[in-house]
Amino acid sequence: MTTEPRIAAPEPTRDSQPYWGALARHELMFQRCADCGTWRHYPRPVCTHCFSLRSEWQRASGRGTLHSWTTIHHAYDSALRGETPYLIGIADMEESVRLACRLVPPDGMSPSIGLPLRVGFTDQAGGFTLPVLHPAGG
Amino acid sequence: MSSTLSTAAAITGIGEVGYSRSAPEQSELALELGAALLAISDAGLQPRDIDGLIPFGPAGACAEDIITNLGLGDLKFSAHTPLGGASAVAAIQCAALAIHAGLCRHVLVSLGRNGMERKIGARLNAFPQFKAVREFEQPSGMSAPAQLYAPMARRHMELFGTTSADFAEIALSTRLHAMRNPMALMTAPMIVEDHQASRVIADPLRLFDCSIESNGGAAFIVSTAQTAPDLAQHPVLVAGVAEGHPDEPLAISQRADLTTLGTARAAERAFAMAGIGPEDIDLAEIYDCFTYIVLCQIEDLGFCEKGEGGAFVQSGVLRPGGALPVNTHGGLLSQAHMAGYNHVTELVRQLRHAAGPAQVPGAQTGLVTGFGDMGDGAVAILRRG
Ligand SMILES: [Zn+2]
Repeated sequence: MTTEPRIAAPEPTRDSQPYWGALARHELMFQRCADCGTWRHYPRPVCTHCFSLRSEWQRASGRGTLHSWTTIHHAYDSALRGETPYLIGIADMEESVRLACRLVPPDGMSPSIGLPLRVGFTDQAGGFTLPVLHPAGG
Repeated sequence: MSSTLSTAAAITGIGEVGYSRSAPEQSELALELGAALLAISDAGLQPRDIDGLIPFGPAGACAEDIITNLGLGDLKFSAHTPLGGASAVAAIQCAALAIHAGLCRHVLVSLGRNGMERKIGARLNAFPQFKAVREFEQPSGMSAPAQLYAPMARRHMELFGTTSADFAEIALSTRLHAMRNPMALMTAPMIVEDHQASRVIADPLRLFDCSIESNGGAAFIVSTAQTAPDLAQHPVLVAGVAEGHPDEPLAISQRADLTTLGTARAAERAFAMAGIGPEDIDLAEIYDCFTYIVLCQIEDLGFCEKGEGGAFVQSGVLRPGGALPVNTHGGLLSQAHMAGYNHVTELVRQLRHAAGPAQVPGAQTGLVTGFGDMGDGAVAILRRG
């Protein structure tokens, strides 16, 4: 019996664990300063705006627009060789942070800057969940 | 001159060994030491004269390796400048500071690389600054530089109308330079159609937009400017040097402006230190991990306005005989991927007027950049003494 190569599971840190925990529940949460309310991503200890070390996790709207993208034709991870070509999108989320992950437009739709997006979730064989971007209408 | 660091240091020795794309025959350490010995003898120095070290590290050779092998008696200064592909040029700044402060007189800056054996993915995993990419982006299938930089190129194309043909011109002009360079590994003639027919790696980047993997060693010596005239080669002075870091350096995806690099900040400081502007530069060695990164730096350096890089390169200025010859050695795209250490050695060779068929006639002032770690930039302006 052979096993398919798997994408290596991310290794959450003390700072990032709530992000991955929320994704596993199919929720998108971002870190937010408990003092001044500024959202931040990727997870980190200090608020760049007011330098507070206090933060909380809040549910994000899951809505954003496309900032840029790439279609990957050469996978460096052997676990992804069977999936090429695949699209990666970078989204400006409503909370003023970015999300970078797979982008799955319907057949025939070309990406463009400003394309409205909504976030979805894909459970992975390695026991974790990744966000995925879909066009908001699709 | 607005800074006393300007012209405090000179690059007095250069060495390069073993550029190849076959299975490596020597260890990375042997390649690094081989290049170091060549640079030391090129300068007219003995190993015992070296009293400062900046190896590429932290993943490669350490100062202790070099002290042990070269029998250095009394090392007075050692450092790393961990800026990925900007490390070599950032090391010029670091060495010049140590020399200007009187800590040491001759700093060896060196790199050995078995790129055919330990490719980019393995190299990046050794860098702590890739931790955010490893945790948050790699699981979705974006981890290699081509994949991370492609959205920068796409955004530039969408905002400014830059095209893949503009990138092709950079690949072509670099190849034309490589064809005049006996150390270049890729010297077959290239036409635009070859570039456009090369397979897509991460759209819009094609294979011929990507630098090559290779083995080799490269090194140079930064010395006090006062001693330079007594050494073996025509002096090449460090007129200006600076490093610059982008906002959100841990992840390109989080950066407010995807179309600007830390290079823009470094350029302003380096030109100010040298007391000159882009119009005074005779030739430039611009870090070319990818064609797009050259185009973006040309704008960040002020050779043209942001967004006008496509038209600028299409005018042919980068080619041999052009108004701004770029990467006269063939760069990382066509000579060898020596992380930009070969960009420094080439600029020094040009300013010595010792570049043979690749020589830019009468070159007096040149610029060299490094770029790495998803946005760090370093710029040095060198002047024939
Ligand atoms: Zn705050």
